Amino acid sequence: MNKPDMKVVIAGVEFKNPVIAASGTFGFGREYDRFYDISALGGISVKGLTSEPREGNASPRIAETPSGMLNSVGLQNPGIDAFLAGELPELRKKNVVILANAAGRTIEEYAAMTARLSAADVDMVELNISCPNVKQGGVAFGSLPESVFDVVSAARKTCAKPLMVKLSPNTADITKTAQAAERAGADAVSLINTLTGMAVDLEKRRPLLANVTGGLSGPAVKPVALRMVYQAATAVKIPVVGMGGIMTARDALEFMVCGARAVMVGTANIADPMACPKIIAGMENYCREHAISDINTLVGTLQV
Amino acid sequence: MEKSIQARVVSNRAIARGIYEMELECGQALDVTPGQFLHIAVPGDGSRILRRPISICRAQGSGITLLYQVVGEGTHRFSCAVSGDMLDCLGPLGNGFSVGAQVKRAAALGGGIGTAPLYQLMAANPQVEFDLFAGSRSGDLLYYMEEFAQVAHTHWYTDDGSAGEKGFAAQGLAQALQAGGYDAVYACGPMPMVRALAQVMKAHPQTPCQVSLEERMGCGVGACLVCTCKIKQGDAWHHKRVCADGPVFPISEVMLDE
Repeated sequence: MNKPDMKVVIAGVEFKNPVIAASGTFGFGREYDRFYDISALGGISVKGLTSEPREGNASPRIAETPSGMLNSVGLQNPGIDAFLAGELPELRKKNVVILANAAGRTIEEYAAMTARLSAADVDMVELNISCPNVKQGGVAFGSLPESVFDVVSAARKTCAKPLMVKLSPNTADITKTAQAAERAGADAVSLINTLTGMAVDLEKRRPLLANVTGGLSGPAVKPVALRMVYQAATAVKIPVVGMGGIMTARDALEFMVCGARAVMVGTANIADPMACPKIIAGMENYCREHAISDINTLVGTLQV
Repeated sequence: MEKSIQARVVSNRAIARGIYEMELECGQALDVTPGQFLHIAVPGDGSRILRRPISICRAQGSGITLLYQVVGEGTHRFSCAVSGDMLDCLGPLGNGFSVGAQVKRAAALGGGIGTAPLYQLMAANPQVEFDLFAGSRSGDLLYYMEEFAQVAHTHWYTDDGSAGEKGFAAQGLAQALQAGGYDAVYACGPMPMVRALAQVMKAHPQTPCQVSLEERMGCGVGACLVCTCKIKQGDAWHHKRVCADGPVFPISEVMLDE
């Protein structure tokens, strides 16, 4: 059988395959380009950017939990200026879709970030309204449909490129926040960001994270993520990009069957720097073995 | 391109209470700088998704010796590995100790399992005369005393006096520094020891001191930003990555205020 067609199109942007490195686990690509040519990826969502450089939270920032991990990095990043001047030109040399992940403390900051990022040589902007590890902004905007609508509306007005909104699972009804993003003009939604959690050292009676709470990711969250992607994909017409605990090609394909047009891979990169190319190869193999000529035909085919 | 190493376990045995020596055959010669580490996937338990960073104690061609302490379920899994088992390792990773050509005589300070990487430092620099000041809580936690004696003048300490001298290794280092004559100090150990060392070195600002830091790690290659420490730069400080910017830093730049 011929090579299956792995190409997907989201908001008019063509990805050579449906695998996107998730923001926050992949830096700006440099570290993983030492292990494989990152042009193999469909896309890269860069480390969450803010208007000013941020040093993030105190360490420890990571704790292993059963089949998962908590992190509380707190959006450490070099700031948008350093990204545009130093990181973006390097990343642009790669044949890969670039999603600029943007965070802010206020609606005005989000709008300013989308204005500047969408004017730069990036392919999409991913609005991060779901970071659980910052005191202002982040998930404060992502939990309620009304605030999702307000921040996405403001960002939409200034964003000249396709706008993807990264949704939080820390919400009462994911369909409501997904619909709010759609109504406000989002071109796509990505979900899920991490679930807020904790880990405790019983002997010391202290939290394992200096920040006390953190974001849970990894295989532990996959069932929640699948459910939310499935629900969101039935609730909105815009494309849904699925993520949450994808470690293998089968995991990725399950998300696509549940309605995701593409997937993001995060925590798996931390466990294995070769995770993404392995997942891409595995998805191709699955298509070949199942006589699937176009991977898009899998999307939303869940029989309920 | 870098890639992970499938290392074969040659031997794995307890050498002190809860402390193990594991010899690995990596199939290829590794270029190891003392102080670098291997980032090892936990074998036999898919629910432990994070690798464990273990510093390299000895490197000879394709053979690597790791000393590690069982502190949780992940390291317990390491202790269950038997000869012939395969371990998925990344590395050698990180920036190790640098030993300048001017260094003729040096002191090394080790605490607990942190003394292990100092072996490679001293074995790989036979041109340097080393004094090792090393300690643990008690005598049953001391290890490699004969091996260290082959590469350094050794001074052992325990908190409870059950072996070696009663007290802290950092105090022994402080006394030796008073006598003078060291071109450099190298250290690895738990945070209380690092704090004590920082105090000791304040009295000797002309003596360069490098310390290997420990922090809980994620990717190990510098991408995920979870293993940061506070490092001074001029009047400011920044969160640097222990895995990729360290683990070895000049102690004069390390901020220990938290």
